Amino acid sequence: MNLFEQVGLWFADPAQWSGPAGIPARLGEHLWYTVLTLLIAAAIAIPAGMYIGHTGKGKVAVVSVASALRALPTLGLLTLFVILMGLGLMPPIYALVILTVPPLLAGTYSGIAAVDRQLLDAARGLGMTEWQVLVRVELPNALPVMLGGMRAAVLQVISTVAVVAYINLGGLGRYLIDGLAVSDPVRLFAGAILIAVLALIVDLILSMVQKYAVSPGLKSSLSSPGQGTKNVGAPGAGQ
Amino acid sequence: MTEAQSVAPPASAGSSPMVQFRNVSKSYASGQPAVHNLNLEIDRGAITVFVGPSGCGKTTSLRMINRMVEPTEGTVLVDGQDVSAQPAAALRRSMGYVLQSSGLLPHRSVLDNIATVPRLNGVSRRQARIRAEELLAVVGLSPALGKRYPAQLSGGQQQRVGVARALAADPPILLMDEPFSAVDPVVRAELQQELLRLQQELAKTIVFVTHDIDEATVIGDKVAVFATGGRLAQYAPPEELLRAPVDDFVAGFVGRDRGFRSLSFASARDLPLLPAATATAGTLASMPAEGWLLITDDGGAPLGWLPPGQRTPAAAVTGGSLFTIGSSLRQALDAALSSPSGQGVAVDAAGRVAGLVDAGEVLQRLDAERRG
Repeated sequence: MNLFEQVGLWFADPAQWSGPAGIPARLGEHLWYTVLTLLIAAAIAIPAGMYIGHTGKGKVAVVSVASALRALPTLGLLTLFVILMGLGLMPPIYALVILTVPPLLAGTYSGIAAVDRQLLDAARGLGMTEWQVLVRVELPNALPVMLGGMRAAVLQVISTVAVVAYINLGGLGRYLIDGLAVSDPVRLFAGAILIAVLALIVDLILSMVQKYAVSPGLKSSLSSPGQGTKNVGAPGAGQ
Repeated sequence: MTEAQSVAPPASAGSSPMVQFRNVSKSYASGQPAVHNLNLEIDRGAITVFVGPSGCGKTTSLRMINRMVEPTEGTVLVDGQDVSAQPAAALRRSMGYVLQSSGLLPHRSVLDNIATVPRLNGVSRRQARIRAEELLAVVGLSPALGKRYPAQLSGGQQQRVGVARALAADPPILLMDEPFSAVDPVVRAELQQELLRLQQELAKTIVFVTHDIDEATVIGDKVAVFATGGRLAQYAPPEELLRAPVDDFVAGFVGRDRGFRSLSFASARDLPLLPAATATAGTLASMPAEGWLLITDDGGAPLGWLPPGQRTPAAAVTGGSLFTIGSSLRQALDAALSSPSGQGVAVDAAGRVAGLVDAGEVLQRLDAERRG
């Protein structure tokens, strides 16, 4: 019996689908840590990214700190927080937040900063306040880039959350840790598959959100200018 | 809407200027003044054009009216009130603003773009859209375009939408910053004529910035020529600018053929017409063979010229512009100069041949007008 058949049997075993160590429970834990991490990271990164993108202030400092943070080793950071703060839910979440803020911040900041300056000038000229410029012009136009950054961040969190299993918090990472500990390639492989499938499904959902949330006016698939409308603005059309 | 109304001229305002620049200067940290001691009064209900080479401060001056730029010194008054005493956003919503790049919001449909300022003023979405639909028609666009996005429009259509958006809150003042300079010459000429037509109906106070002196003389009631260094060189109606430039800078800027272009402002109302020898295809054979002969259709509209000695319709030479009776001497002279027979074809308002104009005659008349 090869590995794939064994993994198939593993998934077919009803014991895997119930109880506190079953797939649904592990999946629930995994999603909960993911959501918690994302919420905290977004609460920090999105307003900060909006502020920096809109005002251009603090750009250099934040960009350099963010790229320095990206270089931190995940497991090392997790261990550090647990040593400093003890066991429990929040220390590993903080570690994950620190790793998630940079991509979210970069996505938000670069999305806002990439909005055409002439467009912003026009928006101010029409009489929008700075807040209205941000909410009604910059955010909707930055959305494609922002959501792209968000998708990348979400995928990163889903795969990185697996490390919290090291400190006994469960999640789908449990299968990886246990599989490694007892040299059980079937469990290891099954855990990897679960995390990958979860990531794919979430990414699919986010891509649909992106399709729905981004204005059709911003999609590159728009027909080229003026086609089929040549006569509409012809001289004397309104005379 | 309340802001728009608060700036609207009171009924008794008469002919007091709508916008006044008083000793206005603008300089940036990096040396050269952008605008130097500008004193200017902009007439109510007229089109005032700021024209000049790049870097002359014309756009900066325009943007000081709606506080997109703050003057370093001096005061800008709109309807007698210092603009710096009014909140910038509300002041801007009380004026229409049209930009070169159209500045349409790419994520909003055409209708929602037009509705922008009314929406900012608190008008309901439904009301604002109804108004936007009316404005599409006003600027000569089909209602079907309302649901499109800016990226789906041609450059000329985008500029029309930009004008409609500027008109949406019915502001008394329109600020237009090189609005037609990014479109091709044919569309530009269309948009200029359309603007003049709109202005006849709306009678807004329009401040229009361009670097194109021809555009300035075509659309301006008054033209302010700015020189490098932000100096106002001359402020006059276009015909005066062409006839009597105050200095070498203005003379050079309005161009070498300004004498010819100033004919645009000379009326050819009383220009004497010469009788035209005309024939239709049916009567052609019976005409004498000498001289040029003008063929018309049965309704009297010109079709082409037959050279001397040739009397078959196939030999007709077309070309030559037409002079509509009552238009300018420039058109009369152009008709004469461009005609294959040397005589320009004058047509009445219905497009029927009314007579011929002679280049010598046009010049004599012009001469007589200048002397007397």
